[in-house]
Amino acid sequence: MAFLIILIIVAVLAVWAIASYNRLVGLRNQVANGWRQIDVQLKRRHDLIPNLVNTVRGAMDFERDTLTAVMEARAKAMSASGPADAAQKEGQLTQALGRLIAVAENYPTLRANENVKMLQEELSATENKVGFARQFYNDIATKFNTAQQVFPTNVFAGMFGFKPAELFEITDVREREVPTVDLSRR
Amino acid sequence: MNLYEQQASNRRKTWLVMAAFIAFLFLLGFGFDVFYVNVGGGYVPIGSVLALAVGSVSALASYYGGDRAVLLATSAKPLADLASAPDASPDEKLKLRQLENVVDEMAIAGGIPRPRIYIVPDPDPNAFATGRDAEHASIAVTRGLLDALDREELQGVVAHEMSHIRNLDVRLMTIVAALVGASALLSDWARRGMMWGGGGSSRSRDRDRDGGGIAAIAFFVIWAIAILLAPLIAQTLAMLVSRRREYLADASGAELTRNPLGLARALEKIEAATAPTAAINRGSAHLCITDPLGRQVNLKEGFWPDLFASHPPMPARIAALKEMAFQR
Repeated sequence: MAFLIILIIVAVLAVWAIASYNRLVGLRNQVANGWRQIDVQLKRRHDLIPNLVNTVRGAMDFERDTLTAVMEARAKAMSASGPADAAQKEGQLTQALGRLIAVAENYPTLRANENVKMLQEELSATENKVGFARQFYNDIATKFNTAQQVFPTNVFAGMFGFKPAELFEITDVREREVPTVDLSRR
Repeated sequence: MNLYEQQASNRRKTWLVMAAFIAFLFLLGFGFDVFYVNVGGGYVPIGSVLALAVGSVSALASYYGGDRAVLLATSAKPLADLASAPDASPDEKLKLRQLENVVDEMAIAGGIPRPRIYIVPDPDPNAFATGRDAEHASIAVTRGLLDALDREELQGVVAHEMSHIRNLDVRLMTIVAALVGASALLSDWARRGMMWGGGGSSRSRDRDRDGGGIAAIAFFVIWAIAILLAPLIAQTLAMLVSRRREYLADASGAELTRNPLGLARALEKIEAATAPTAAINRGSAHLCITDPLGRQVNLKEGFWPDLFASHPPMPARIAALKEMAFQR
């Protein structure tokens, strides 16, 4: 009788361990997928920028600094190595683009131009997509981390080699600031 | 409840609702057999067979083809067709591209494939989602909604519809709608059967003399009441499910955009346009972001609205969203 009870307890524990393990594996794959989605959106942004710069170049000839800053930031972001480096350089690109959009708002000819309107829509959509991809990644990574850290799963999560996923956060302090725009025409 | 518990609970509810409806339909059909067809005398139980057939065919048809039927009924046009039309103005193209982008953004935020996008040619602002799961989902917005809302508000509405898709609300509601239709149809047939079935009542008197009369009479009374109330009960059940899901979709939509005020402002604009959405009929009302029929009952809270309204009152929804943004 006692043997039977022990057997049942062991069986229940085994089923629970298998279910938890599978759940963690599923979450880990979702986290990896979320991370790749961010890359996909960043790539889209890099592809879009030359178009934007070419369209506004004619009308914004004397804003050469802003335009070069965007192109340079793009080149740096594309050659970034490793997540931390990429995060920092993408942040700088975001800043440069924000400045460009804000400056372009001051040109009536640009604001009225259909191509520019469409490109601005594309650009803000891309910025949003990058943001939402990060948001989704953070949500799913938080869930993965919580699933590992709650009792009793935490007892064996480390044993099977599950590590907490890193959350995406703003590493560059300057990125937290709202970009300022100098309206005086140099 | 998180998203996965929501989905699991909706899957359970789908089965539960289907089982309840099938039992109900079977009761209607079985009663017809007992009182009019006289199964014991070697007749085919035509009522039961018919009831179950109508119920399961309509449930299956709506599961697999419900989205196409709804889109067809509202004469919705695919966004891609409109955007590639030769006479599309640059402004129109910009608007359509914006909608496409917003849907893309929300699909990314929700981690689901991008649903197909449709435009309903109707000047009243409204939107709905349809399709049995995220892989077969469509989102439709009316022309009026596209014209009235700015980008942020549009994002709020799309996020609301995306949440319906993600929570599997659409599946539940589509099947509920089909079964409501089936019970209305069957109870109508059964009532007609009672009218011409003069001979039937004599048969049931024969049965009384055989004994067990009280039980037979009790069953007959329950059956008759069920027939009379069938459309009402089915409708009430559907409305109850629908209203709960609306609050939830508002909340999980705000979780996607992290901007509850966008949807709150959109709802204010939608409410201001009081005209009913002519292109959307009663059958798909529960799929929309606001009641397309513009019924007064949706404006109040209380017992009767709780029974008949497909959507919670708009001021309550807006207030809940503003509360999420700490604006109250």
